[in-house]
Amino acid sequence: MRNTQRAEKIAFFFLFLATLLIVIPVGLILVIIIQKGLPAINWQFISDVPRQGMRAGGIYPAIVGTVYLVIGAIIFALPIGLMAAIYLSEYAKDNLLTRVIKLAIVNLAGVPSVVYGLFGLALFVIFFKFGASILSGALTLGIMILPIIITSSREALESVPYSFREVSFSLGASKWQTIRHIVLPNAIPGILTGTILGLGRAAGETAPILFTVAAFYLPQLPHSLFDQAMALPYHLYVISTQVPNVDEKIRYGTALVLLVMVLFMNLVAIVIRYQFRKKKKW
Amino acid sequence: MRKIKEFIIEKLILICGLASIFFVILIFLFLLKEGLALFKTINPAKFLFGKNWYPISEPGQFGILPLILGSLLVTLGAAIISIPIGVGCAVYIAEVAPLKVKEILKVGIELLAAIPSVVLGFIGMVTLVPWVRNIFHLPTGLTALSGSIMLAFMAMPTIVSIAEDALYSVPKTYKEGALALGATHWQTIYRVMLPAASSGILAAVMLGIGRVIGETMAVMMITGNAALIPHSILQPVRTLTATIAAEMGEAVMGSEHYFALFAVGIVLFVLSFMINVTADLFLHKDKR
Repeated sequence: MRNTQRAEKIAFFFLFLATLLIVIPVGLILVIIIQKGLPAINWQFISDVPRQGMRAGGIYPAIVGTVYLVIGAIIFALPIGLMAAIYLSEYAKDNLLTRVIKLAIVNLAGVPSVVYGLFGLALFVIFFKFGASILSGALTLGIMILPIIITSSREALESVPYSFREVSFSLGASKWQTIRHIVLPNAIPGILTGTILGLGRAAGETAPILFTVAAFYLPQLPHSLFDQAMALPYHLYVISTQVPNVDEKIRYGTALVLLVMVLFMNLVAIVIRYQFRKKKKW
Repeated sequence: MRKIKEFIIEKLILICGLASIFFVILIFLFLLKEGLALFKTINPAKFLFGKNWYPISEPGQFGILPLILGSLLVTLGAAIISIPIGVGCAVYIAEVAPLKVKEILKVGIELLAAIPSVVLGFIGMVTLVPWVRNIFHLPTGLTALSGSIMLAFMAMPTIVSIAEDALYSVPKTYKEGALALGATHWQTIYRVMLPAASSGILAAVMLGIGRVIGETMAVMMITGNAALIPHSILQPVRTLTATIAAEMGEAVMGSEHYFALFAVGIVLFVLSFMINVTADLFLHKDKR
């Protein structure tokens, strides 16, 4: 008896250790970036263009570029993703087609990010002749975040109880009216969560924008959808590997801004989901 | 009138429902369209098993064996590190941790998954790489080992969250039955919960590995990018993904080099497709 209890203690200790091995490095990463990046952050860093071959000045064009890309990606992905989720949760029958669609979503989520980059290059930049532009990059990112939006929207739609729909049908509402006025409004927090997670993912990815939009050094703001743009993740890559003698502070500062942007979006999504679960009346 | 409107909307919904299939096929077709052109001049076997990757020499040599081995080495290392830690952490979260701690850990894991790979690559460059160089007395810390360690952290969130889901979906009666027979909590976990959740955990591991193979930026920044067949984990390597990311910018459109990089993309796409389909089969088996 004593042996089994000791075994349990040892086993639980190792499980705890495994957890610590994840938690501590993550904590360290955050602390290092915040500690070394914070001194770089000031108004000039946020609002100025990069100067002296990116060794001084700010990161404003990169922030703006990322914001444009993210907005473009979501404008493309949200309607398609939401409708696909509605199809899966409200219309799809349990048949081979549905199975294939689900498999396609899983695969879309698993395609390596750099392969999205190749795809965007071949389809948008070359085939559609959009060139390396915000349009190409946003569309590439949009397809990449589609599975995130579909999966979380579908979950949100499916968590609306079936009885809600039955009541609506019994009052003579059509299927679409029921979806539009009963199911969707009740699923909005979940859809919002998925959308924000998609935004965060699009903001942080580098490989898909490498050949589709990212400009190495472009100290001005883009004027149209067909312009190249700088983007934060690519800018971080450039100043930490491609440009020698960049002040450490600028690198850490850029990493911090990117990290804060992405983690902030994720935290917002987590909070919305948490509030929604707490308030849910069914 | 309303009927027509609804008809149009429902067709639109169907079309969007099919969009995922459409995009997967589209991606594959465009990779094929650009990549297959390589095999007009290069023998596919020579491409897959050729030992030399010298894309810009005259004539260019396009053997991706060193790249495949580089990817495998880094992935293997990351798997060895991340599987025990990830599964252990999943068991801890699902079974051992108190409720409050559990919530916090789950949020933490989600945030780890959200850290952009370029940030992890950067932090790996400034911390891990010098450590590895000093500990093993190497000329450079940009090695397969550094890549493996950093990538393990990218695989862990996937492994933890899916394995935890699998453990959570084991019917409560299994656990209660084992406990009622006098088994300790650990015996229950080890002999009942883990076997019952095994196919889900296997899927978690596969998806984690899938993420590692496809990972690009971090790996490009910290593995040293030497396209040579690696003999040890303490040497620089270059992966399939990093090759595409690093060279596509310089490849001339329509050149052999350009086609070869797309052909590497095909290899990656097929690899990730196989991993995801197998993992999906395991997950499905679990639900029956």
